[in-house]
Formats: sequence, structure tokens, C-alpha cells
Amino acid sequence: MSELKSMSDNTPNSPQLESQQRRRFIGAATATAAGLAIAPGVMLYEVAHGRSEDEAVSSAVRWGMLVDATKCATGCNDCVSACSTENGWTSVAESKHPKQAPQWIRKLELQDPLTQMETNLPMMCQHCAEPPCVDVCPTGASFKRADGIVLVNRHTCIGCRYCMMACPYKARSLVHESLNDTQKPDVPRGIGCVEACTLCVQKIDRGDGNTACAEACTAAGHNALLFGDMNDPESEISKRLRELPTKQVRADLNLNLGVRYHGI
Amino acid sequence: MKSLLALGVVVLTTAALAWAGSDAQPKAGGAPKPAITKAVKGEQCVEDTDYMRRNHMKVLNQHRDQTVIEGVRSKKHSLKECINCHASEKTGSVAAAKEDFCVSCHSYAAVKIDCFDCHSTKPQGSAAMHPLNAETAHYKHQLAAQATSKVSAEEMARVAQ
Ligand code: SF4
Ligand code: SF4
Repeated sequence: MSELKSMSDNTPNSPQLESQQRRRFIGAATATAAGLAIAPGVMLYEVAHGRSEDEAVSSAVRWGMLVDATKCATGCNDCVSACSTENGWTSVAESKHPKQAPQWIRKLELQDPLTQMETNLPMMCQHCAEPPCVDVCPTGASFKRADGIVLVNRHTCIGCRYCMMACPYKARSLVHESLNDTQKPDVPRGIGCVEACTLCVQKIDRGDGNTACAEACTAAGHNALLFGDMNDPESEISKRLRELPTKQVRADLNLNLGVRYHGI
Repeated sequence: MKSLLALGVVVLTTAALAWAGSDAQPKAGGAPKPAITKAVKGEQCVEDTDYMRRNHMKVLNQHRDQTVIEGVRSKKHSLKECINCHASEKTGSVAAAKEDFCVSCHSYAAVKIDCFDCHSTKPQGSAAMHPLNAETAHYKHQLAAQATSKVSAEEMARVAQ
């Protein structure tokens, strides 16, 4: 509910001001038929990337990511370094205070204690459709953008860290110390505010259509990360999601995650 | 009594306005006048200078909400574009030195801003940018990447429970 409150505070005419129910209905409608038939056999699809500069994001798009854990390589950390370079955060290995270092994305190496099978995967904010971090935020700073990206509005965040406790994926970090003007101009972040993966929102708004981690993974030849619009049935990610068996981590929580895993 | 007070307020405001409007400002008790340097790039601000002096904060607040919540990244009223034009030639920043554009006025007006706790004070890709931010940063990260921190099965189990 805090999300709705924040929306009404800031944008009285926002298209996001729909009741939870209405949004679910729209979600279901777009999931079944995200296009509009304009003539028999001719469909009109919303163009995900053709947003003009002063047009607000719309819920016709839902950004998401498919992680193929069978392709994620042991020892590779390229997605994590690409994220830290793109977004300007200092990684655990470099930090003076590793325990406090932000982790927008982290690499996990898991081993089944019985079979010794190893699984590699990156873990980050899952961009829940029903985000617990948004539910608990007392100020409305945690919010979900219309296109499914869950963000922290640092102008309203008071650093209480409720969202960090509420997130089932430990996806959020607090910036503990002053960053002394080391931020990237495109990625404002600072002391006393909570932060997490933004799905490279600055790149998406620029029209890049991909995240830094997925670009790095592809560049390294692993192709374990696929980013795209899950509402567009013709997008690469939708096609792959139709074909591959995928899982949501902690699917029992019913959060409808934007990040899906194959091979876990 | 009330009307007296009101009168006092009116007199004071008029006096203040007259002071603010006059060109020959009395030297305020030793406080150094703000050094307002002309923007390095560009001829004319996106709004009238007079309007911007009084209302830039409203303009910025409105735009920031649109950007953060709705993803609107138009350039006209964006802080990033202010910085692109107004960053000083000397420091490459709007807030690194006392004479830099934002700081010089705000310290004169005794207004503490926290914009730059989070926002970079320098234009994109400027040479004056902090080395951590420079485009070479990924070499460092590539090195750091070799020190992968392993997460134990127990820790992951706790996350997954
Ligand atoms: S993964 Fe965590 S931070 Fe991300 S939307 Fe879900 S609850 Fe919020
Ligand atoms: S830390 Fe910030 S975003 Fe998180 S719950 Fe508190 S106010 Fe909201």
C-alpha cells in the first residue's frame, strides 16, 4: 500500500495510480494477448524501445531477466564487475569495509552436499511484481516503476533499512559512508540511502535495451544472461521462457519475479 | 497589536525587496559576494536568468520526480544539464571549490544543499572526474574480480529459507 501512497503523493495523474486489482487484470490481459488485432492476421504490438524523451514509462512493458545457470561459468565474475563499473559502486574485494560494501549483484557458487554438483548463478534484486520492500517502506521511497523495475527514490529514503530486512533475496545494501563525489553522473547514489540493482535503468531509459551484466556475459561468450521485455511475446526472453523450464527463487512466496532461473 | 505586527512585517518585506532589487547593494558584513561565472557552454539558460535565480529549486524538484518515478529523462530541466553548462573551467565541477557555480551562491545565502551527497558535481566523461569513476575503472574491477568471495551452502540455505 505504501507504493500507492507514494504515487499519489508525487504524481497525482500518474498512470500507475491503478488499484492493485486493476493492475493484476492488466497484467493478465497483456500476458495472454499483448497485442491488438487491427485486422485479421495483423497485430499491433506496443514498441518497447520507441519511447520518446518526455514520455512516461508504461506498464505495457515488463522488463525481466532470464539467468541460465547451466551456462554461468565457474570463477567468472564479469557480470559483477560490469555492474560495479556501470553503476559506480565499490565491490566487496576492493572495499575498505567489506562487510558494509554494497552488492547490487553477487555471484553465488553452490554445491549440493549430497551429489557434489556445483551450480553457479548471479543473484540480485528480482524485481518482484509484488515487492515486499515496497510494502514495508514507511516513506514510499521504495517503489515499483510502471515497467516493473523496483527502485529506491533516494530523495525520500530515510535509510531505515526496513526494506533490507523485508527482501527475501538480500538484494539491498545501505551506503554507509560519504562517497565524496565519486558517483557516475548517470547513477546518483549516496550516504544514508538504500540501493539495489536497477536493471540499469539509466541504460534502459537511454534505449540501450540491455543491462551491463548481460552485455558483459555475452561479451565473455557465456550467454547466461538474457534481458528483455517479458510482456512482448515476440521478444527473445519471452520465446526462451516459453521453451525452457525456469524457476523463480522462493516461488512459494508468490512474488512474481522479474528474474527467472533455468538450471537450478 | 496584531495590525502593528502586520505593519512591521510589511515594512520589513518592502525593505528586503528594495535591498534585493537595488543594484548598489550594501556590502553585507564582510561576507564575500557570490562569484557568478557565466556558463562555460551555451548562451542562454533554459529559462530566464531572473526566473532561475528564484525558482531553480522548484524546476529541479518537479523534474526529479518525473525522472525518478516516470522515467522521463528530457534534458531541459535536468540537473545533469545544469552541471554540463555550469561546471567551472578550473575545477570541472559545480561544487568542488568555493567559487564554483552552485556553492558560491549557496554559501552566500547560507543554504545548505545535499544534492551532491548523491549527484556527481561533474559533467559526464570530464577529465576532472575522480579516478574511481574514470573509464579505466573496470581494469581495477577485473583484478578485484579474481578475489571471488565464496558463499557457503549454509549461508545460501539461510537466504533461501
Ligand atoms: S528482490 Fe528484494 S529488493 Fe528486489 S523487488 Fe523483491 S523484495 Fe524488493
Ligand atoms: S531504507 Fe529507504 S527505501 Fe528502505 S524502507 Fe527505509 S525509507 Fe524505504
